Amino acid sequence: MKLALDNFDKAFENRIRLQAMSVLVANDSYDFNSLKELLDVTDGNLASHLKALEKEEYITVIKSFLGRKPNTRYQATKAGIAAFKKHLEALENLIKQQK
Amino acid sequence: MKEKDLLDDLGSIKNIMERSTKFISLSGLSGVMAGVYALIGAGYAFTVLQNGKSSGPDHSYREEVIIPLVFTGVAVLVLSVSTGIWLTIRKARRKGLSVWNPVSKALLVSGGIPLVTGGLFVIILLLHHHFGIISAACLIFYGLALVSASHHTFGDVKWLGIFEVLIGLAALAKPGYGFLLWVLGFGVMHILYGAIMHFKYDREVSA
Repeated sequence: MKLALDNFDKAFENRIRLQAMSVLVANDSYDFNSLKELLDVTDGNLASHLKALEKEEYITVIKSFLGRKPNTRYQATKAGIAAFKKHLEALENLIKQQK
Repeated sequence: MKEKDLLDDLGSIKNIMERSTKFISLSGLSGVMAGVYALIGAGYAFTVLQNGKSSGPDHSYREEVIIPLVFTGVAVLVLSVSTGIWLTIRKARRKGLSVWNPVSKALLVSGGIPLVTGGLFVIILLLHHHFGIISAACLIFYGLALVSASHHTFGDVKWLGIFEVLIGLAALAKPGYGFLLWVLGFGVMHILYGAIMHFKYDREVSA
């Protein structure tokens, strides 16, 4: 079972990180608060996971203001989308192997 | 990594992707109610039309009937929209989902553009006394709005939209049947669609 783990992306090991990435792959961009609500996580928790994805350069942050309120949006990078697809394939292969 | 974890991961990805792109709190029951309002409105409109027949041999109507008909149409619209919003908010609350999110905004924008265009189109038709094609215009623009909005919600909405467009085109092709086809499109189709949606999606929630 260990062989397929090579393709397994450590950045997506965490469920919340994986979910956040899947939202950003399915949408052009998504804002922090909507993401928080969708994933049902706390501010700090989501922020730290997004930071990790950002460090991998899988997502980029777009900061702007809506009136006076800061509005932080996230967008998946090409590298991020490619990594996500590879990770999904790895998941599927693992499931196939186990059958 | 156990197989169950893997399947859970894949399942959660699918679920989140769907919820982040599709608004699933639209209430089926509101479709049924919209249909019922349309039928009641149509019933009232029918009596107006019966009383408004001109004595001439051409079976045309006196123009005074237009004002009550327009009011009836607007009343049906306002009632349907407010019931729809109310039931949708209720359904979202029950599921613990938000109503105002990026998906519902996208839904409103994509449906709103053809709908507002259609509304203005119909008002201009009214001002120019082109009464004959109003019911067709309502059906066609409403159908297009549904098709456009369907990208952000249940796929079934697209089919309702396509049927509305077809009924609208039929109303355009057969001028005398405008009223009947309006009843079919806004009354019968809504009840049918709402009932299908209710049994397909809403019941799982209460179960």
